[in-house]
Amino acid sequence: MSIPLLSLQGLTKAYPGVVANDGVSLDIGEGEVHALLGENGAGKSTLVKMIYGLVKPDSGHMSLRGKPFAPSEPRAARADGIAMVFQHFSLFNALNVAENIALGMERPPAMRDLAARIREVSETYGLPLDPYRTVGDLSAGERQRVEIIRCLLQDPKLLIMDEPTSVLTPQEVEILFQTLQKLRAEGTSILYISHKLEEIRTLCDSATILRLGRNVGTCVPAQTTAREMAELMVGSALHTPERAGRDFGDMALDISGLSAPAPSAFGTALKNVHLAVRKGEVLGIGGVAGNGQDELLSVLSGEMPSAADAVRLAGRPIGRLGPVARRRLGLLTAPEERLGHAAAPDMSLTENALLTGSVRQGLETNGFLNWGKAEAFARRIIESFDVRTPGPDSAARSLSGGNLQKFVIGREVLQEPEVLVVNQPTWGVDASAAAAIRQAILDLAAGGCAVVCISQDLDELMEISDSFAALNEGRLSAPRETAGLSVEEIGLMMGGAHGMEVAHV
Amino acid sequence: MIVLEKRPQPSRFWSYATPVAAVLATMVFGGLLFAALGKNPAVAIGTIFWDPLFGEFAFYYRPQILVKGAPLVLIAIGLSLGFRAGIWNIGAEGQYIMGAIAGAGVGLAFYPLEAWYIFPLMVLGGALGGWAWAMIPAVLKVRFGTNEILVSLMLVYVAEQLLASMSLGLMRNPEGHGFPGSRNLQQYESAHNGELIAGSGMHWGVAAAFIAVIFAYVLLNRHMLGFHIRLTGEAPRAARFAGVRPSRLILFCLGVSGALAGLAGLFEVAGPAGQITIDFNIGYGFTAIIVAFLGRLHPVGILLAGGLMALTYIGGEIAQGNLGLPAAAIQVFQGMLLFFLLALDILTNYRIRPRKSEVA
Repeated sequence: MSIPLLSLQGLTKAYPGVVANDGVSLDIGEGEVHALLGENGAGKSTLVKMIYGLVKPDSGHMSLRGKPFAPSEPRAARADGIAMVFQHFSLFNALNVAENIALGMERPPAMRDLAARIREVSETYGLPLDPYRTVGDLSAGERQRVEIIRCLLQDPKLLIMDEPTSVLTPQEVEILFQTLQKLRAEGTSILYISHKLEEIRTLCDSATILRLGRNVGTCVPAQTTAREMAELMVGSALHTPERAGRDFGDMALDISGLSAPAPSAFGTALKNVHLAVRKGEVLGIGGVAGNGQDELLSVLSGEMPSAADAVRLAGRPIGRLGPVARRRLGLLTAPEERLGHAAAPDMSLTENALLTGSVRQGLETNGFLNWGKAEAFARRIIESFDVRTPGPDSAARSLSGGNLQKFVIGREVLQEPEVLVVNQPTWGVDASAAAAIRQAILDLAAGGCAVVCISQDLDELMEISDSFAALNEGRLSAPRETAGLSVEEIGLMMGGAHGMEVAHV
Repeated sequence: MIVLEKRPQPSRFWSYATPVAAVLATMVFGGLLFAALGKNPAVAIGTIFWDPLFGEFAFYYRPQILVKGAPLVLIAIGLSLGFRAGIWNIGAEGQYIMGAIAGAGVGLAFYPLEAWYIFPLMVLGGALGGWAWAMIPAVLKVRFGTNEILVSLMLVYVAEQLLASMSLGLMRNPEGHGFPGSRNLQQYESAHNGELIAGSGMHWGVAAAFIAVIFAYVLLNRHMLGFHIRLTGEAPRAARFAGVRPSRLILFCLGVSGALAGLAGLFEVAGPAGQITIDFNIGYGFTAIIVAFLGRLHPVGILLAGGLMALTYIGGEIAQGNLGLPAAAIQVFQGMLLFFLLALDILTNYRIRPRKSEVA
């Protein structure tokens, strides 16, 4: 058997209170696309951070082509041919592509030479990119190309990709896969982190599955069903939300001809948005991040006012009403950013329950607060939604992402909304919590509430929504019934490949 | 090596223990300073902290502490509301002056009429004067997005010029033989903010300071508006999501802090100072910023901090007089107290641990 490119033996890393990796071993061969699978919090990020020299293992060792490998910092890992594309881009919006790439280099060449190199590499791998475009104007897919090309310029032996497709349309995913296959053909190994099983089945040669920091199995994805892999990840049989047969009622929320300017230089303007949701209906809104999701939520929550009759709640114009007045009428919202937007990080859960609950739960009389009632409401959220926390006095920031998300969603669901608008309800939440949140949304809808669910997780939208629309550069496609939509149709609604073409070489 | 590790949530124990630890640390290091200057440290520390309260002449010094502390607390309470919400009124000194001018103006306009309603009207005038002066940065910020720190600070110097002009011109005492300064309100029965209990130092300003502490406590802990103020300071985006209108909050916070500073000015000019003079203001408005932060922007904390600040002023004066300590040494001592209070505050949010040796 040939020596693997990278071999990990018994890597262990513990943080206070949690063992992130516990004796993880795996081998990545030359020219192999190796998938690293696991739920959020399974230890995938810690493992790749150790390979990339960001974190030092407590014990265990790594070897690269048979030689001991212990990078002390990312620079050392890069020097040994390891490159990584992070999930969150580290790019400067105000600089152009070539300048951004030069910033990450040890000794950047002259700008003109670098631009020529970028053009050359990008075309070789089917990822066309203009080196002189400003990054702030690029789509998420194009920004990812910048990161990939930054890595490819180092001529890596191993390319680590952390959830690369979460920001891409299906067509863009297709382009990315062609690039990765070309890299593999040239002998570059790829460590591919994802929890999207179908992708892994089409792309990867082998897969390592992590659960709670342990290696729980290795498989050949093409010969394993998605369900088997999912059950290895979760460690138990999957529970898919149930949907009752639907009967839609009267019009609940009606948006017509809504336009709103971009709130900041790199925000997105909403252009002539139309949508309608009836009682009991779940409308899923897909789209790549940064295409107007945050702005649409602000317009609905009342943070961003609009023309009065552009937004109607049960026929009543509410475009000029603020958040409190809208809550009183039954329009509740849950923004994407948990810390700092949906919740105040340093305030207790009781105070955070008060944040949106004061009107509908009667937590104030003439402006005077009823702390007893607020605490009881917080307790009710914690119990109903299984929020893991010592109690309602804990600060919001002391909760893990998934638990805080359950709290934030639970806070709105328990207020019995007429219309609920959620943005990325299960982002960064583990599978069982995500299933619970989706079930809560479906139960609400079954009880006659109209739901608008904005999400980038297409699987989630397909699972819970009755109709589907997509945001693309601030425009909303015409909603269509979810049943019977094909992936290609969804991709086209999301804006296809954003006008990006594959370079044919 | 030691490292600082962020606590999952602020430590309740340390938020109470740090002020005590800071006072102790100041005593130790201040004692070393006084020893280096050749004074007995125990005597010096005792003179500053003990004599004003319990010493032989405490009957004279104790009222002084109230007189000095009251305007500091009154102004700091107002400032703390804005600071909690991230609205920075740095110009309380100017609002203090304008309150004094407006309030004294009301009183002088009635001179020599004696009537019960004159003093209440002066109080109203003082509050309105400070409020109006604070509305200038507030309205400019709301309408044009100007920086309230710069505008409110600059207006202090405008107010000082106005004060000089008033004491030399419009408000100059016609029977004052041409000396600058207004009539002395202490000699005008209806306008005098005298001691409520003789010899106690308690004047209406002290009472107002206590009322303001209670008012601020209830507002911040029991009322939606106070909750919104705290929320805006902690997470501005979450505050907008909760339905807070930033412009209203700016008008409210700057207005209240201006009105309270104006009140402090009125009580001072009608009481301990007695008249409008060129050098009427002695920096209460700026010191109150320190008092507000020293008190952790908490009403009760501000009450204690104002008292402590006044104590070190009075005690420092005694130490200068009795022990011949240089004024600079007293200022260093006061600076130490501030330094330790703010530096030890880090323990509330962080814990100190020894760095573990890392495994390669």
